[in-house]
Amino acid sequence: MLERYLLPPEGADWRSIDAYRQTGGYEAAQRALQTLTSEAVIEEVKASGLRGRGGAGFGTGQKWSFMPKPGGPKPTFIACNGDESEPGTFKDRQILERNPHLLVEGLIITGHAIGARAAYVYLRGEYVTAFRTLVRAVEEARSAGLLGPGHLGSQREFDVHIMRGAGAYICGEETGMIESAEGKKGQPRKRPPFPAVYGLWGCPTTVNNVETISQVPSIIRRGANWFKTIGTPTSTGNTLYGISGHVNRPGVYELPLGTPLREIIEIHAGGVRNGKRLKAIIPGGVSMPVLSAEQIDVRMDHESLKQAGTLLGTGGIVVMDETACMVRAAIVIARFFRHETCGQCTQCREGTAWLYKLLRRVEGGEGTMADLDTINEIGGYMEGQTICALSDAAAWAATGFLRRFRAEFEAHVTGGGCPLPESFEA
Amino acid sequence: MSDAVFTLSEAVKQQILSEVPRYPEARSALLMALHHVQAEIGHVPINVQRELAALLGIRPIEVREVVTFYPMYHEHPVGKRNIQVCVNIACALAGARSVVRGLEQKLGIRVGERTPDGAYSIEEVQCLGSCGTAVCVMVNNLPFIENVRPDGLDELLRTVG
Repeated sequence: MLERYLLPPEGADWRSIDAYRQTGGYEAAQRALQTLTSEAVIEEVKASGLRGRGGAGFGTGQKWSFMPKPGGPKPTFIACNGDESEPGTFKDRQILERNPHLLVEGLIITGHAIGARAAYVYLRGEYVTAFRTLVRAVEEARSAGLLGPGHLGSQREFDVHIMRGAGAYICGEETGMIESAEGKKGQPRKRPPFPAVYGLWGCPTTVNNVETISQVPSIIRRGANWFKTIGTPTSTGNTLYGISGHVNRPGVYELPLGTPLREIIEIHAGGVRNGKRLKAIIPGGVSMPVLSAEQIDVRMDHESLKQAGTLLGTGGIVVMDETACMVRAAIVIARFFRHETCGQCTQCREGTAWLYKLLRRVEGGEGTMADLDTINEIGGYMEGQTICALSDAAAWAATGFLRRFRAEFEAHVTGGGCPLPESFEA
Repeated sequence: MSDAVFTLSEAVKQQILSEVPRYPEARSALLMALHHVQAEIGHVPINVQRELAALLGIRPIEVREVVTFYPMYHEHPVGKRNIQVCVNIACALAGARSVVRGLEQKLGIRVGERTPDGAYSIEEVQCLGSCGTAVCVMVNNLPFIENVRPDGLDELLRTVG
């Protein structure tokens, strides 16, 4: 049976600490701090199979186990990534605005597991309502003794601080976020050292996404075995799928990992708008290669999407109907990456600009077949060459559209312009 | 108005100083500090950047490189109501281009410009995280205006005031 544990039912208001507690809120944090060792919490989360919900899908318990044992020379921190900026992704905002105490409870348990002194939640600057809602939740939790010195009757001190970014996508990259949180430009760091060794202010740091942390209270309350009954054997639990574009009911849907893409589009999102035919689907934010309509029966989990030639990413699904020009879609995305490259690595700084220019030329009807090959060639130079994955994402997006819709790109070249008169504008 | 008239007010200084103890290093409060400055002045003039640097114990260039790196900060004045239209994929599919064009016509300015009276400016921005309610518009630092339609711009401008 479909069960939801991340978002409140439609119409319910769980934002206050009293409302949250009535749902059993903070029982898991209390139990963890009073009866479970740090190791036991990490083991439970490892056993649950929880994988990060920020895009990379790394094992959360495993990530925590990279942290040094408590009592080391430096304090340790949680950097909670709420810089949700991947186009097509608007799910963490639902937790932040509608169930903020779930995140606070998750942070308390995570803090216990890794022995953190504090959590810094980095919210994207544009999430004004989310910021206010979370600030209020943290204040309530502090007043209730859930945060601060001796929180929940423990011997420890743990607090949550909230900071705002200022519109730079690259700050969602974990080391870009750390630089930004230190008050600098959000330019990613070379690794190693990884954040578990050298993170915020040079101290050991675990970076987890908002939704990832919000999964933790339910795992502790109901157990790893319960969690594993949801989803697939290697992609466990519910996740928040955001669906947008040409569908009747865009929105965020909490469903198990492994839910068929067809079910999400046709049942939950009410199908393609205006009786039009489906053409293309971006499955996990614009960094992930596009799928064509024939691939709609893929399941939305890490393994199935990998087999289909793309990745789950953030689970942000963008649906495009038959009117949409695929070159224009690629242009919109290429323009985004050109704008968001931090400029450190030549391959990315130059490559994102050239991809955009070439796509514009093709769309304008001045492109040649050689330009299409150049897009692939540039994409090849951009992959696996840079400090962070923004360059790879920009390359995958452009070459993904070209690979999947090559005939439409060629039609722009041979026909001297866009063959789709009803298309959206880039 | 010349930038020289702007200065860090006592109220903003206090807001900034109250952020500092959250972090092991004062510099970490810079992004929040800039939000406070901009909420009061509307942009972050050079001389205020210098004052901020002194307040946080860093060099002026370390403030300026942050101001110019992040799209939400403005070194130069923008309109009193800075209308930011998302033009990324979900909003593009919902007609963001027509929304931008319509605003340009109604206000008589192009993207990146300010009306002569300084009341409005228009910016194209990247994904605001509101893809399910495209087209999404953000004005200054206020909560999003969602589901904006190309034919609903008069209402949008009324809301904006």
